[in-house]
Amino acid sequence: MSLTETTYWVVGASFALYMLIAIRSRAGTTQEFYVAGKGIHPVANGMATAADWMSAASFISMAGLIGLSYNGYGGSVFLMGWTGGYVILAMLIAPYLRKYGKFTVPEFIGDRYYSDAARVVAVICLIICSVTYVIGQMKGIGVAFSRFLETDYETGLFSGMFIVFFYAVLGGMKGITYTQIAQFCVLIFAYTVPAIFISLQLTGQPIPQLGLGSTLADGTYLLQKLDQTLLDLGFQEYTTSVRGSTLNMAAFTASLMIGTAGLPHVIIRFFTVPTVRAARASAGWALLFIAVLYTTAPAVAAMARLNIMQTLAPEPGQHLAIEERPAWFKNWEQTGLLGIDDKNGDGLIQYSADPETNELVKLDNDILVLANPEIANLPNWVIALVAAGGLAAALSTAAGLLLAISSAISHDLLKRTLMPDISERQELMASRLAMGVAVLGAGYLGLNPPGFAAGTVALAFGLAAASLFPALLLGIFSKRVTREGAILGMLAGIGVTLAYVFQHKGIMFIPGTGFLGDLPPNWFFGIEPNAFGVVGALVNFTVSLFVSRLTAPPPESVQQLVEDIRIPVSPRSS
Amino acid sequence: MALSDADTIRRTYWRENRRWMLILGSIGFVVSLGCGVLWVEPLNQIRLGGFKLGFWFAQQGAIYAFIILIFTYARVMARLEKRLGLEEPEA
Repeated sequence: MSLTETTYWVVGASFALYMLIAIRSRAGTTQEFYVAGKGIHPVANGMATAADWMSAASFISMAGLIGLSYNGYGGSVFLMGWTGGYVILAMLIAPYLRKYGKFTVPEFIGDRYYSDAARVVAVICLIICSVTYVIGQMKGIGVAFSRFLETDYETGLFSGMFIVFFYAVLGGMKGITYTQIAQFCVLIFAYTVPAIFISLQLTGQPIPQLGLGSTLADGTYLLQKLDQTLLDLGFQEYTTSVRGSTLNMAAFTASLMIGTAGLPHVIIRFFTVPTVRAARASAGWALLFIAVLYTTAPAVAAMARLNIMQTLAPEPGQHLAIEERPAWFKNWEQTGLLGIDDKNGDGLIQYSADPETNELVKLDNDILVLANPEIANLPNWVIALVAAGGLAAALSTAAGLLLAISSAISHDLLKRTLMPDISERQELMASRLAMGVAVLGAGYLGLNPPGFAAGTVALAFGLAAASLFPALLLGIFSKRVTREGAILGMLAGIGVTLAYVFQHKGIMFIPGTGFLGDLPPNWFFGIEPNAFGVVGALVNFTVSLFVSRLTAPPPESVQQLVEDIRIPVSPRSS
Repeated sequence: MALSDADTIRRTYWRENRRWMLILGSIGFVVSLGCGVLWVEPLNQIRLGGFKLGFWFAQQGAIYAFIILIFTYARVMARLEKRLGLEEPEA
């Protein structure tokens, strides 16, 4: 069977599984549609959260981001940031919002800040964060299809939309939860199998996390060899190259952490478990499942990078002849992920850090994960599995985001603000309709990605960190923060973050409209735009607390609400 | 300690909760932003097999610590709730 045929079979089987689950888990009530009836076991929810969380970017791009763009150590910001958020979520956010016990994040903000205006501001923040995020997933689906199944991008995108439409409209959160569990199994298997093989081949150690610290066949440590090879080619050392400055790395990590804890599509997963206790445990399980991929990724990053460099330059000063490049190299050149340009015409590929003489002119981040099975000569079914895994990661995250968007529209805007009189059945109908429209909207944006879509997933974290996270945290831990404080705080936080990103990256990311230029010397204390969420969050906190001091305290009923969400059950007086 | 009235129970629960958050949160801060970022250079002088220790914290150790922290928090809170009679009925 050819590779493409195998891939069709594996991907087709995974899609059939998702459809089957969808048919068996239709939602009959709004409670089932929004929060899966609050009956999901904490371990099952942990798995679903892991799939919800790990996106096309985590699966396909993160290893390359760490190993290539951030040259090793610098990429640690993603590893620590995107996992540390769960500690914050487990201790500071999830248990209390679960106790609150309703359906959406804007709903909590609207009730806690006794204001429809606050609810609407939260809906807007949610939509900005989630839409920027979902575009990346839709693109991921289209790209995975076109690379592995040799369809065109549009066909791939439509197939993905059809699947998501099917199980998200039919089953809402209930359907999404069970498909996400299946998708987690597919994606984690697909990620770890090639990693185990590559670790075995390089170090003889089957566990990639340990292989990263082991020795190669020649007795030198893998990381030492990698450092030395990079230095020889004129790069910085892999294990010590800092991204920007220490402050920038700290700010970047912190932004990703609190952004994670403020992203609505992650938070609402914790509404689906039966108790507060289950919500805390579930966060632990979620991180455990996420960590399987997140601790494997840095091993894949280092090993694949070393593999590629040793292919290109087996010994210092020795270069691969263009004529002799392996088949996988030629295959990935066709997709545009690899590119060579024999600048000095000697028939050899000179790879170096100097853009003047470097002849490997294109080395895409995604290559580290996508080409890994071929570089390691793994059988076709493993390559097919990587395709199914990438699609599972993109589909599961897209579905979670679309649910967050559609429930904010049908529940917060329609039921709680505009048309409070609609019945349960009508709201369920409206939520299905909103989901359908959201899928179509996301598909449209996937087909016509706005110019600014490229770097926006990181931006979604900055915006969530600066807008929703402080409002949630203060809503739980302070009884004194008022609606005026929260609304102005959210607006100030999101405003400052957007202004900083726009002034460096261009207004709405249109090149040339940034008035300070995207240059490190102009950065505020050397903090890059993607790392600015934490500063936006500090602005939000300051404004919220300051304005709250000047305004009348929240009504008694709201203070009582805060008391109630802090404790799992009301104590009995005896 | 007399845990007779509801108000005392509430206050005890919240005080203990904040104490655990502070302890476990500080450990989380130390293993990630501390060992992985701020003190990475001195720690890199120490080796753990093929790893420089600071690098290991940043790419592996912090994540393992986070998992332990969350499960510890879940466990101490469940125990606290049992002690104060605040267990939720199983749904």
